[in-house]
Amino acid sequence: MSATRPLHLAAEIGGPPRYDAASHVALARLAEGGALDFVTLGDSFARPGPDALAVLARVAPATSRIGLVPTVTTTHTEPFHISSAVATLDWVSGGRAGWQADVSTTEAEARLFGRRPAAPASALWQEAGEAADAGARLWDSWEDDAEVRDAATGRFIDRDKLHYVDFEGSTFSVRGPAIVPRPPQGRPVTVIDGTSGPAREPAARYADVVHVRATSPEQAASLRDDLRRGAAAHGRDPDSLRVLVALTVDLGDAETAPEPGLESGPQLAGRGTYFRGGPVDLAELITQWYQGGAADGFHLTPITPERDLERIVNGTVALLQHRSLFRTFYPGGTLREHLGLGRPANRYAPARTPEGTS
Amino acid sequence: MKQMHLAAHFPGVNSTTVWADPRSRSQIDFTSFEHLARTAERGKFDFFFLAEGLRLREHNGRIHDLDVVGRPESLTVLNALAAVTERLGLAATVNATFNEPYELARRLATLDHLSAGRAAWNVVTSSDAFTGENFRRGGYLDRADRYTRAAEFVSTARELWDSWAPDGTSRPFAHSGRHFEISGEFTVPRSPQGHPVVIQAGDSDEGREFAASTADVIFTRHGTLEAGRAFYADVKARLAKYGRQPDDLRIMPGVTVVVGDTDADAEQDAAEIRRLQVSPQNAILALEQVWGRDLSSYDPDGPLPAVDPDPGSSIVQGRVRVADPLGVAAKWRALSESKGLSIRETVIESTVRQSFIGSPETVAADLEKFVATDAADGFILVPHLTPGGLDDFVDRVVPLLQERGAFRSEYTGSTLRSHLGLAEPVWKG
Ligand SMILES: Cc1cc2nc3c(=O)[nH]c(=O)nc-3n(C[C@H](O)[C@H](O)[C@H](O)COP(=O)(O)O)c2cc1C
Repeated sequence: MSATRPLHLAAEIGGPPRYDAASHVALARLAEGGALDFVTLGDSFARPGPDALAVLARVAPATSRIGLVPTVTTTHTEPFHISSAVATLDWVSGGRAGWQADVSTTEAEARLFGRRPAAPASALWQEAGEAADAGARLWDSWEDDAEVRDAATGRFIDRDKLHYVDFEGSTFSVRGPAIVPRPPQGRPVTVIDGTSGPAREPAARYADVVHVRATSPEQAASLRDDLRRGAAAHGRDPDSLRVLVALTVDLGDAETAPEPGLESGPQLAGRGTYFRGGPVDLAELITQWYQGGAADGFHLTPITPERDLERIVNGTVALLQHRSLFRTFYPGGTLREHLGLGRPANRYAPARTPEGTS
Repeated sequence: MKQMHLAAHFPGVNSTTVWADPRSRSQIDFTSFEHLARTAERGKFDFFFLAEGLRLREHNGRIHDLDVVGRPESLTVLNALAAVTERLGLAATVNATFNEPYELARRLATLDHLSAGRAAWNVVTSSDAFTGENFRRGGYLDRADRYTRAAEFVSTARELWDSWAPDGTSRPFAHSGRHFEISGEFTVPRSPQGHPVVIQAGDSDEGREFAASTADVIFTRHGTLEAGRAFYADVKARLAKYGRQPDDLRIMPGVTVVVGDTDADAEQDAAEIRRLQVSPQNAILALEQVWGRDLSSYDPDGPLPAVDPDPGSSIVQGRVRVADPLGVAAKWRALSESKGLSIRETVIESTVRQSFIGSPETVAADLEKFVATDAADGFILVPHLTPGGLDDFVDRVVPLLQERGAFRSEYTGSTLRSHLGLAEPVWKG
């Protein structure tokens, strides 16, 4: 991989459950100070914690550039509602929204809804892929210039620029169009953890950003190649996929550790390989893996966000910036711009020939 | 003196926003929501209100294109607004038919935490198969079942909120009823208000009963003094059989206001607003809604159609149906004949109504009279301009209401319940 390809960094701001706005705002602002691409907030119906998308909507007006990526589960929820909520996060943040699609596999989660029993991960991930697909179609269901406000004809919208999606999935169908006009990014960024077998296919097919858990640069590179091949097989440009290595990091309280490195430590919520060391050690690891072509970047989950995120930003990120491996400011405004991903063309808009050409 | 409650309705999908007015801006950009919310908070309003619709309206099988359309998802916008306001209540309309108690109770409790006790839920019940086409469950819910599901939904949500004690301990819940069979642990601790405020909108007998049994606020459409008093007396009388006091439920009609320098100025503005709201195209549409026929060939400045309405028609989708089209048509004909009105003029006279029109003094006195004589406990104001439509009201009418002692000059509490003067819900552990 060429070293001129930008490095991408993201951080989880979850940690132990907190229900107030101030602590989440403080962490997101800290990450924004380091010009990170985005923050994530994990979520699940199975363990204590507030609704992640709501928290990041609360954070949006209190930040200005950082991408906001809540986890949203697709198993017991309505794809139509998910699509509306994520589009709305994009509207309230001025184009900084993403969502990490996840599934609910347990019987305990199924009982919270009482609609259907737990199902195998493979079926749930297929459904998650369909939810991502239906959601993206709903985001496209309004062309960007559908609102015309044409006083002469009395028309507020041009209804020919609104489209039914008529999506038929294996467990749901959606007629459309969306109630939310196409969001600022066209399509908010879709993130999937593509490590596990059943998630790999929907990740390669629908995700913009894929997280992978790997214990060596070779393993990460091989997962990345696999995902890029999968994307190509689905007719996508593999360069429209960003693969980030997930690391759970414990930065302790020294600059460097006597024996830094990956450990088979506690697998905290399964958020990636456990790294213990100082901020400088982490910068070393990121530099080596990144320059070796293992990944497009890293998704870091600090085990103690208040302490470790501060050390990531002021230690690790500062060092990477000093080495010119990471940006020092945000050149763009939207999450897609941070990630170097274009604004997707609308699948329903006819390719209109510019005037004067034929 | 009886204190008035005020709320600001952000006009979402509707035919009353004068969107061609140069002062009318985006109905979707966050800056618009921020402007109206900050205006409402400057006016010490009780809450900010968002309606909801889950399928775009259609007319004659095609997407209806004359009205303001396209809006964000309510709870997400309100969470963002919590960042730019401090005291204002934040009310989301969320359908009880197309959601599940566990997920919605969690989202509402989250908003209550993130806003430090300002969340409200307007429970609506539309259950039509047309909207159902966007959802897993489809549209199987019978009209007759909509309030049984809504009532069980609200009580289940309260069971979930009560599964955390005020002291921070939690225990598992188990609910078994006709609509929901669920159990487990709720993931959000008791929120600042204990239970977010529950609002009900819906006017049938079952709707009123549901509100009387369980709601904190009722959102109505009764904009005249007489209709308001009758509704008020009816609903407040229903409370006793549920062991509730008249003061446990606030009645707030949705109303419009036009303020001018003088009463005559305001009347003139109101007439112009009505004319703009009922464009020639909208006049024909309103006619088609009553007649149930394609009347696109009629001249809006000409007379009403000679044919009668088709009562079995289904050309209108996603809107409240006209209950008695033949009766309405007869009324419109009589009006048109007696005053010599065209189609458009008839529609203007019959449909869109500003409820409060006049100088700031007149409007303040009229509002106060409604509240003092038990036609309402307050109002949900629906502006015809987005987002600046309440600027005048807040700058010119609110100070008069405050001088008269009819409306607060400062917030005395920090939660929406405290603004509304509602008691803390008793924890039922
Ligand atoms: C003042 C008022 C506001 C309403 N707002 C909404 C709304 O925002 N979204 C919605 O789906 N239904 C809305 N409804 C419809 C009601 O939820 C309900 O479906 C409808 O009034 C039929 O019930 P009813 O027969 O009890 O009146 C509203 C009704 C009223 C009276």
